[in-house]
Amino acid sequence: MENLPLVPLIPFVSAALLIATAGRLPKMVVGLLGAGSIAVAGLLVLNIGIEFLRDPTPMSIHLWTWISINEFKPAFAFYLDGLALVMMSVITGVGFLIHLYSTEFMQDDASFSRYFAYMNLFVSAMLILVLADNLLLMFLGWEGVGICSYLLVGFWYQDPANGAAARKAFIVTRIGDTSMALGLFLLVAELGTLNILEVAEIAKERWEVGATIPTIACALILGGGLGKSAQLPLQTWLPDAMAGPTPCSALIHAATMVTAGVYLVARNHELFMMSPLVMSAIAIIGVATLLLAAFTALNQHDLKKILAYSTISQIGYMFLALGVGAYSAAIFHLMTHAFFKALLFLGAGAVIHCLHHEHDIFKMGGLRQKLPVVFWSFLIGSSALAALPFTSGWYSKDEILLATWAVPTLGPWLWAGGIAGAVLTAIYSFRLVFVVFWGEAKTIPDKQPGLRMSAPLVILCVFSIVGGLINIPLEQVFPSQTNAHATGPVAWITMTIAIVGVLVSYLLYLRQQINVEPILNKPALKKLRYFWYSGWAMDALYDRLLVRPYKLTASLLKTELIDRFYNLIVESSVASHRALSITQNGKLRTYAINLVVGIALLAAFLTGIV
Amino acid sequence: MNPLIIPLSHVLMLAALLFTAGLLGLLIRRNVIFILMSLEVMLNAAALAFVGASAHWGQTDGQIILLLILTIAAAEVAVGLGLVLQIQRRFKTLDLDVVSRMRG
Repeated sequence: MENLPLVPLIPFVSAALLIATAGRLPKMVVGLLGAGSIAVAGLLVLNIGIEFLRDPTPMSIHLWTWISINEFKPAFAFYLDGLALVMMSVITGVGFLIHLYSTEFMQDDASFSRYFAYMNLFVSAMLILVLADNLLLMFLGWEGVGICSYLLVGFWYQDPANGAAARKAFIVTRIGDTSMALGLFLLVAELGTLNILEVAEIAKERWEVGATIPTIACALILGGGLGKSAQLPLQTWLPDAMAGPTPCSALIHAATMVTAGVYLVARNHELFMMSPLVMSAIAIIGVATLLLAAFTALNQHDLKKILAYSTISQIGYMFLALGVGAYSAAIFHLMTHAFFKALLFLGAGAVIHCLHHEHDIFKMGGLRQKLPVVFWSFLIGSSALAALPFTSGWYSKDEILLATWAVPTLGPWLWAGGIAGAVLTAIYSFRLVFVVFWGEAKTIPDKQPGLRMSAPLVILCVFSIVGGLINIPLEQVFPSQTNAHATGPVAWITMTIAIVGVLVSYLLYLRQQINVEPILNKPALKKLRYFWYSGWAMDALYDRLLVRPYKLTASLLKTELIDRFYNLIVESSVASHRALSITQNGKLRTYAINLVVGIALLAAFLTGIV
Repeated sequence: MNPLIIPLSHVLMLAALLFTAGLLGLLIRRNVIFILMSLEVMLNAAALAFVGASAHWGQTDGQIILLLILTIAAAEVAVGLGLVLQIQRRFKTLDLDVVSRMRG
C-alpha cells in the first residue's frame, strides 16, 4: 500500500525522461520506457489491489501539505478506496495495452518519443486525478489530462486542421473547467475545505438538501464534468478530437479522460445528493446527449467519428446512471465501456493502419477474411457496445436501465429514452461492422497488424466479453441501492432490446431487403439526415451564437476603440516631452537663469510671500 | 559688549548687494573670465554675511566658514582658470554661447 504514490510517479518520471532526451533515444528504448513504465505501474496497482481486496478499508497517504493559507490547507495526499482502485486498474490496465499497441502503430512516426512522453504524462495526470483526496489536487490532474489531450489531438501539428481541432478541444473543455473552478471557489468560501470527505461531511451538516448554495455549487462543478465528458451542451469538441493518433483516441477520448466527469460526480456523490435538482438535470442531460449522439453516429461515415459519437452516447448512459443515483452502475459501465471502446478504437486504428489511412467506411468493405483478428475484435466490441446479451456492455447497461425505471415519476420517460438509445446504438454499431467487414472489398489492406497490435486486441476482446462478470468493490463507496428490480415486460425489453437493433441493422445494411434509398433521398428526410450528420447543427449554432459575435467584438476592438484612450496618454506624454525638452538648450546661462528663478520661487513660496 | 560698530543690517545689505551684482554678472556676461569673477564676488558676498553674523553674535563659527569659503574659492579658481585656458586654446574665444556644446 505504501507503493501507492509510485503509481503516478513512475509514468511521470518516464515522461520527464522522454521529454528531457527530446527524441535522442533509439525507438527501442523509447518503446520500452513508454510501455514499460505503464506496465510497472499496472503491476503495482495489481499488487495494491490484491492487498486492498484482502482488507478493504479506505486509506489515505499524506505526502506533504501543498498550500497553507490560514485554515485552508489542501494536502498533496492520495486516497485509496474501491472507486479509486477500479479507476486505477482501468487506467493502468487498458493504458498498458494501448501503449503496447502504440509501439507498433506509431513505429514509423518521426515523433515517436514525443508521443510516448505525452501518453505517459497523461497516464500520470489521470492517476493523480483519480487518487486525489482533495478537489484541488484532483483539479491539478484534471488540468493535466486536459493539456495532454490538447497536445495529443494536435500531435500532427503540421496540418493546421489538427491544430484547430486541438484548440477547440482545449477551449470547449476550458469553459467547463472555468465553471468547475468557480464551483471549487464557492466550496472553499462556504465550507473552508476541499478535502472530498470533509466537504461531504460539512455539507451535510451545514446545508439542507435542495438549498440554493449546494445547488449552485453542484451545478458549477457539474459544468466541469460536462466539458470533460463531452455532454450537452459542451459535446462538440470530442468528434474533432479524433484528429489525434488513434491509440490516443482510444486511451484519452474513449477509455479514461472523457469519463473523468463521471468519476467527478461519483466521487462527490454525497455533495451532489444535496441537490436533487442537479441530479435530475444530470439524468436529463445524459438521456438527451445519448439520443443526440446516437442519431449523429447513425449518419456518420468516418470510422473514428462514429466511434466518437458512440462514446458521447455511452457517457450519456453513465450520466443517466449518475442522475438516477445508480453510481456503481455508472462506474461499472465506465469500466466495461473502457474495455470495449478501447477495443473498437484499437480495431479502428488497425483498419486505418492497414488501409493506407482510409477513414471512410463506405470505401472499406469485405475485410472479414482479410483482417480476421480485427474483424473479430470489431464484432465483439460492437456486440458489447450494442449490449447484446452476455457481453460486458449488456450487464452494465442493463443495470443502468433497470435503475432508471425504478426512479419515481421521471423514471419511465428516462428509461424510454435509454431504450431508444439502445436500439440506435445496436443499429449504428452493427452498421459499422456490416459495412466495413462484409460486402465487396473496395480497398485492399497492404499489411497485417503485427503481434504488438494483435495481442492487445485479443486481450481486450476477452475483457469485453467477460468484463461484465467482474465484481467491482464499490459497496463501501456508494450508498446501497434499494431499487425494486423491475420484473416482467420491462426487464425483458431491457434485456433483449439490442437484438432488435441488430436485426434492423442486418436487414438494412447486410441483406438490404428493405430498400430504403428512395425514402432516404426524399428532400425533407435528406435535410433531416444532414442535420443529424452535422451533430444536430450544434457547431453551426455555436458558431453563430458565440464564435461570430466574439470575432466581431475582437475585430471592433482591433480598430482601437478602447486603445484610443490609451493612445491619448501616449500622445500627451510625447507632447509634454517636446515642451520640456525646449528648456534643455545647452546654454549655460539659461540654466543659470532657470536655477535662479527656481530658487527665487522656492524662497518666495517658503517664506510665504506667494 | 558690542564689538561691531557697523550694524548687522548694513553688513547684510552690502552682502545682498554684492551677491546680486555677482548674480547679474553671472547671468548677463558671456565671457568666461567675467563669469568666474562674478562667481568670486558671490562667494565673497556670502563670506561677508558670515563674518558679519559671526561678529554680531560673538561666535567664531562664521569666521571658520570664511576660511572654508576662501579655500573653496581658491580651488575653484585654480580649476576654473585651467578650464578657461583650455577653452581659449580649443575655441579661440571665451564667449560661452559660442562654445556651448552641451546640447544633445
